[in-house]
Amino acid sequence: MSEPIAYYPGCALEGTGHAYDRSTRAVGAALGLPLQELKDWNCCGAMEVKNIDPRLQTFLSARNLRIAAEMGHHTVMAPCNGCYHNLKKAEHDLTHDPDSRETVARLADKSGEAAYQPGSVRSIHALEWIREALGADGLRARVKNSLKGMKIANYYGCMYSRPRHIFPEKDKGPGSESTSRPHFMDELLAAAGAENMEYPLKTACCGGAHTLSDSDTSTRLVLNLLTAAEECGAEVIATECPTCHSGLEMHQARAARVFGKQTRVKILYFTQLLGLALGLSARQVGVAENLSDSRDFLRARGFR
Amino acid sequence: MTIHEKSLIRPENLIQHDKLVIDGVDVSGDWSTFIAPRVITDYNEALEAEIAAMPGGQHIHRCWQCGSCTNACTVNALNPDFNPRYWIYLIRLGMESELLRDKDIIWQCVSCNKCTNICPRDVDPEGVMKATAHWLELKGHTPRSPAMTFDHEFSAQVVATGRIEEGRLLQRFFARTGQKLTQDWLVGLIRGLILRLPVGLLARLGLAALRPPRTRRWDGAQRAMNEFIAEQTTAQRKALGLPPETAR
Ligand code: SF4
Ligand code: SF4
Repeated sequence: MSEPIAYYPGCALEGTGHAYDRSTRAVGAALGLPLQELKDWNCCGAMEVKNIDPRLQTFLSARNLRIAAEMGHHTVMAPCNGCYHNLKKAEHDLTHDPDSRETVARLADKSGEAAYQPGSVRSIHALEWIREALGADGLRARVKNSLKGMKIANYYGCMYSRPRHIFPEKDKGPGSESTSRPHFMDELLAAAGAENMEYPLKTACCGGAHTLSDSDTSTRLVLNLLTAAEECGAEVIATECPTCHSGLEMHQARAARVFGKQTRVKILYFTQLLGLALGLSARQVGVAENLSDSRDFLRARGFR
Repeated sequence: MTIHEKSLIRPENLIQHDKLVIDGVDVSGDWSTFIAPRVITDYNEALEAEIAAMPGGQHIHRCWQCGSCTNACTVNALNPDFNPRYWIYLIRLGMESELLRDKDIIWQCVSCNKCTNICPRDVDPEGVMKATAHWLELKGHTPRSPAMTFDHEFSAQVVATGRIEEGRLLQRFFARTGQKLTQDWLVGLIRGLILRLPVGLLARLGLAALRPPRTRRWDGAQRAMNEFIAEQTTAQRKALGLPPETAR
């Protein structure tokens, strides 16, 4: 057992992204990577609070980082792209922008809480968590139930790598993540036995910010993602963000219903796929909790 | 006076000639189309400063019009009229009436950050889009967009409880925008999900809707954030020369 790291699930993983929470925790347990949930965490502000004022979002994430530090952690892991992005953005702004730093200190003071000291906690995504702890080879050694060449399009979305200046550790050459052509998910799923498709829309936008407020735009963007994946030969789109994931599921259904455009590609969290490869059951990784139904597809592949 | 390229090549400014003779030379067919000349006088010199006073807009002055933002833009690929580079140009020149022609689509920015990622001048065009949408609303040029309604409902819930409970958020959003909660494409999905879900989990989700999650020890943060929002709203209205907000 390694040292536990702080776990920040965020609001979506308590709601529509429940399967992501379940599968992340299950994969952690199966790999012997303990997680300790942040106490009294708050919402990161997602993509909404910054439109009221970006400094409020910085305050929200700084509060979560401060809690991680107070619990004695040096690393906090967030599976949600939005949460992860906002933690990174807060760290960046607090380090480089005196106005954000001053505003956050003032808000913390008013709320009667200590202010977060920039640089004391490192924020990582669930992809980095598994990759750092085991690496692709370490993971391969633990695979019990290979994905047996399942054809996968790896979809990373916007928030994991843009804008690049808030991710100073990326684009550092071999071994580091790339912001323009991310590959960490590809590597992990390949280790689990998947065949990764050459998918050009890895970092395209799903329109998640306007899933409901501008549904037609979102449906068109999602339909691009789905049809491109099918044209690349993918049977599954692997996701790493609850907003992208449920956006893809909802707009796949909406595209069929409202635009009359049917697509068959399955949508699964990368943690669900890893969990299945590690020998966990479909139930243990929450396959039935997804909005879209992949059960028959997985059953036909021998995953129960 | 600045020459403004786009307004000159709009259909209503084009003059078509069937037959045209210039200095005794018949140029019909070759030189059939002219652009009407015009002089622009309705500049709003304060426009750039006003946008810069909105959250996200403060770096607009850095723009050197390279066009990378528009080139990379997700929404531009769906609708060529969605043009961040051009709007920044108009704002910096103070061409408010031109900007207002596009007022109903600016809010459609999906915050994909392709522009902010590529911008060589750290303008944060994504922030400028939000600042501009904010400005349009405060000035009364547009009603509150569905996206902004969502932002406000979302933020109000975070400030009040520290968390988001999606069911409650959706209910309020659909009510505010006058949409049915039972969008028929959603109903099918949710019905399918409910049939598949284990009873225990269903009970938990039902309970979450009745007793929404809250962050403990949140009172201080709630107070601080509310004060900050009130303070900022006052400052923004002042920057736009608007009277202090009266209760909505
Ligand atoms: S990318 Fe930046 S500098 Fe270039 S036009 Fe857009 S905002 Fe201006
Ligand atoms: S953030 Fe908005 S303006 Fe920028 S590229 Fe994306 S959709 Fe276009």
